[in-house]
Amino acid sequence: MRPVRGMRIVAALAVGGLALSAAACGDAPDENNNAGGGGAKPASKYTACMVTDIGGIDDKSFNASAWAGIQEAAKEQTNIDPKYVASSSEQDYEPNLNQFVNQKCNFILAVGGLMADATKKVALAHPDQQFGIVDSVIPEASNVFPMQFDTAQAAFLAGYLAAGYSKTGKVATYGGLPIPPVTIFMDGFADGVAYYNQQKGKNVQVLGWDKAKQNGSFAQSFTEQAKGKAISDTFVAQGADVIMPVAGGTGLGTAAAAQQSGGKYSVIWVDQDGCNSAAQYCSTFLSTVVKNIKDAVKEAVVKGAKGEKLDASAGFIGTLANNGVSLAPFHEFDSKVPAELKSELDQVKQDIISGKIKVTSPAQPK
Amino acid sequence: MTATEQRETPEATLAREETFLQHFLHSLWAANTVTVTVLSIVLAVIVGGILIIVSDEDVLNTYSYFTARPSDALNASWDVVSDAYANLFKGSIVDPAAVQGWIDGSNGWQAVFSPISETLTYAAPLVFTGLAVALAFRGGLFNIGGQGQAVIGAITAAVAGILIPLPIVLAVTVAVVAGAAGGAVWGFVPGVLKARTGAHEVITTIMLNYTAGLFLTWIVLQRGVHDPDRTDAISKPVDSAARLPHLLGDGLRMNLGIVLAVAATWVVAWLLNRTTFGFELRAVGANPDAARTAGMSVTRTYTLLMVVAGALAGLGGATQVLGTAYALTPAVAGNIGFDGLLVALLGRNRPWGVLLAALLFGALRAGGNRMQSFSGISLELVTVLQALIVIFIAAPALVKAIFRLRAARAARLQTSVAKGW
Repeated sequence: MRPVRGMRIVAALAVGGLALSAAACGDAPDENNNAGGGGAKPASKYTACMVTDIGGIDDKSFNASAWAGIQEAAKEQTNIDPKYVASSSEQDYEPNLNQFVNQKCNFILAVGGLMADATKKVALAHPDQQFGIVDSVIPEASNVFPMQFDTAQAAFLAGYLAAGYSKTGKVATYGGLPIPPVTIFMDGFADGVAYYNQQKGKNVQVLGWDKAKQNGSFAQSFTEQAKGKAISDTFVAQGADVIMPVAGGTGLGTAAAAQQSGGKYSVIWVDQDGCNSAAQYCSTFLSTVVKNIKDAVKEAVVKGAKGEKLDASAGFIGTLANNGVSLAPFHEFDSKVPAELKSELDQVKQDIISGKIKVTSPAQPK
Repeated sequence: MTATEQRETPEATLAREETFLQHFLHSLWAANTVTVTVLSIVLAVIVGGILIIVSDEDVLNTYSYFTARPSDALNASWDVVSDAYANLFKGSIVDPAAVQGWIDGSNGWQAVFSPISETLTYAAPLVFTGLAVALAFRGGLFNIGGQGQAVIGAITAAVAGILIPLPIVLAVTVAVVAGAAGGAVWGFVPGVLKARTGAHEVITTIMLNYTAGLFLTWIVLQRGVHDPDRTDAISKPVDSAARLPHLLGDGLRMNLGIVLAVAATWVVAWLLNRTTFGFELRAVGANPDAARTAGMSVTRTYTLLMVVAGALAGLGGATQVLGTAYALTPAVAGNIGFDGLLVALLGRNRPWGVLLAALLFGALRAGGNRMQSFSGISLELVTVLQALIVIFIAAPALVKAIFRLRAARAARLQTSVAKGW
């Protein structure tokens, strides 16, 4: 046994060595190559640290947007050092925030309303540490900069667009869970359709959401595509030809089904421009109700890095006026949306900004 | 025989002592449970280290000129791996810098105990769910429903803590008991189905996991439970009287849950080894037909077994919601039920083994948070480490082959493997 085994080891080493020397025969870099440029370091480093919620960094939704914002800020201000940790369970929020406090981060960003309790606890324990939170507000802590979004305004435009674009006179929406960050889209959408009807004297129906009763269709999931497909099949059977899913990954089921239907109906996406975040279904996306977390985060981080004070009591509320929420370009539908409808949408947008049209939702940030 | 022993010279006695030492070393290097477990962990750490090197681009680049200057690659690899594991240790056991700071007076004593507190916080629910799986397995049932039972336990504990106003000691007792009761009900269903109808418990428990999860997302949003001041899916906070008290002050998360977990381990060990029920349970687990012939009620044992297992998992959910989360959210139970399966496997379905395995997993989770934060190594590596440990343990023949261990005299290991998993 022994000699054979010895031979085997020698053989393995020889083969490994050959492979290694083939792959590893490059020249070593000069040892002193970075000794000269040491003095040119930026004045002071500003570490921007982000804690994701359980969606993780690649959720194609708000965690990804917030991280993109921090990275863009780092591109603009070279002294910004971006970092993130992902949380794998809700138990991790508090230790992850604390680890960043221990590392003396300059700015710690908590992403998502469910992190509010942990952020509040850690922020009150460290009153000198600057925090930020997306989609929530912590009135007790003046060191937490809140970033919220009045998505109802952009969803209102989407509702108007859907009503104007629909051939069948029926449009639909459904949500992941009946929670305010979801229903705010559906409220705005329903109001936009209602405004279109009022302006044009038409009767476009909204399936899947009753704003007055705050009741409608929900997939009870943000991940299961099969459910999204099943719900949208029902809507299509009822005659809907524009559907807005507010259900994260579940909505991809609707987009896939719309693609298979060969243009029988189109989809309005939410959060991030669908033609970027789910590009394979771009041909089905009429438009997207964009929640511009990226720019909000970027602005806050850049401001902080410049040494400006982040006023927690004012916070940031994304509206159509400051481009914190918006309606994305029509991409492949650009030629199919009538120019008249486009100009009307611009007018509605201006009216919302000027306050002539008031968009209300019980889920709006106060 | 006695005659030969009497005739032994002092030299012979010496020789026998040597053989005793040799015997000890031999059995240490034999494929017994402890050796295989420890070596599995060592192997997982080595593979994890390789993964750290492979996933670090800067370090990998130094390998492109390995033959020109191998010291670069070796130093860089050593730095990145040792830094990662050092942070894993500092985040789970103790951080020497914090001890130094405590002596200097630059930080409080809390910083010293914070890592161990995190480890125990993460470990506590895993002890319960691990015991729920291990106990059922000893009775011959695969309880895959730890997740569902923990979720229901979390719901009932939280609802009791939210809706029933009681004075301090009573409130927490009621909430914990409610958690156990909820889990017990969720364990009773597959237990009685198995016992009466023969429905396979793997199927029924998995299905009940889904039911429990969906029930949780529903109940969080119901009036009376949902927090009216919040815009997201979260319940009202649990009444402060019903929360498990912190053991080391409010600054550290460690709570009564870990004490309850140790107590539960002791109770399960006692139940298994010292009671009639425990004996029947093991008999039914070894051979239900023989147990029935011997006059034991297999039906009753299966039902009772799943009730107890469900109650344990329910306590796991209760510790989570009463000890750290303080409110229900759709993901409040995290993954503790499924991690419990791994813990039970690593603990070889023995109560004290489960406790140790849960502590190891708790330490990996706590240390993993720090490793991710300080070394920038993704938390998934911790999951990979856990998985590798379990893979090596599930394949003892592999560990034996790698380390060329001799077969242990008692064939306990083989039987436990042959039995399932």
